Amino acid sequence: MSNKVKKNLTPVQQEYYDFAKQREPKRPVFSNCVRAFLVGGGICLLGQLISDFFLWNFDFTEKTAGNPTVAILIIISVLLTALGVYDHIAQWAGAGTAVPVTGFANTMASAAIEHRTEGFVLGVGGKMFKLAGPVIAFGVFSAFVVALIKTVITMLGGL
Amino acid sequence: MEAYLWAFVVGGLICVIGQILMDVFKYTPAHTMAILVVSGSILSGLGLYEPLIDFAGAGATVPITSFGNSLVHGAMAEAESTGILGILTGIFEVTSAGISAAIIFAFLGALLFKPKG
Repeated sequence: MSNKVKKNLTPVQQEYYDFAKQREPKRPVFSNCVRAFLVGGGICLLGQLISDFFLWNFDFTEKTAGNPTVAILIIISVLLTALGVYDHIAQWAGAGTAVPVTGFANTMASAAIEHRTEGFVLGVGGKMFKLAGPVIAFGVFSAFVVALIKTVITMLGGL
Repeated sequence: MEAYLWAFVVGGLICVIGQILMDVFKYTPAHTMAILVVSGSILSGLGLYEPLIDFAGAGATVPITSFGNSLVHGAMAEAESTGILGILTGIFEVTSAGISAAIIFAFLGALLFKPKG
């Protein structure tokens, strides 16, 4: 990506680009990854606990226990977002809080709450999907393509 | 007990992949999530995601990659029973709980809370 950007710049701009690149703080990739691993793993561990709780105490199977588990994680995440706690965890954990389903709920809740001053229809309703939109759009489209290919293959007699 | 260990390890590793996409390849969080969702649905299409869920439980169902997997599963299940139009009607079948819960509770949150500085 950076090479393509560089090609369109004048020599002075290129010089500045290199200079800025030098001064850019190095990202502590390793420690970020360790944090993401610990927090992300912890959230999945919590998910496993909740799912087992539903399995043992209610009439759920291994497959159907996923739905209430995700719902509970989402409620927790929305609550923590509303109370302003999730941002603090997210700042420390990076992708560890963004990648689990809690991160999806967090982006929706934070966008909804942040834009409530713009009104409930245009602010909350309209901006709610500002960050979650890409996930839904790309997820649905890729799933559509994958399912279409698989269905066509099955219809043609399978592999 | 082992199930918890694998849920932790696999879930953590998926988050590390996300972190690497953000830090090393300099993608924004939105790009990272989109990439993970698309990889989830592709892995599902190749039949690789289901074994991962059997192995890691919530370690594979909680990360956003499982959203792509569930979308493909809903679409496929419906397509098998009702034909090719089932892809459209079934695509949200499995993920409905997650999406509705996120919309409803995000809306409730916006009703009840004011933005924190």
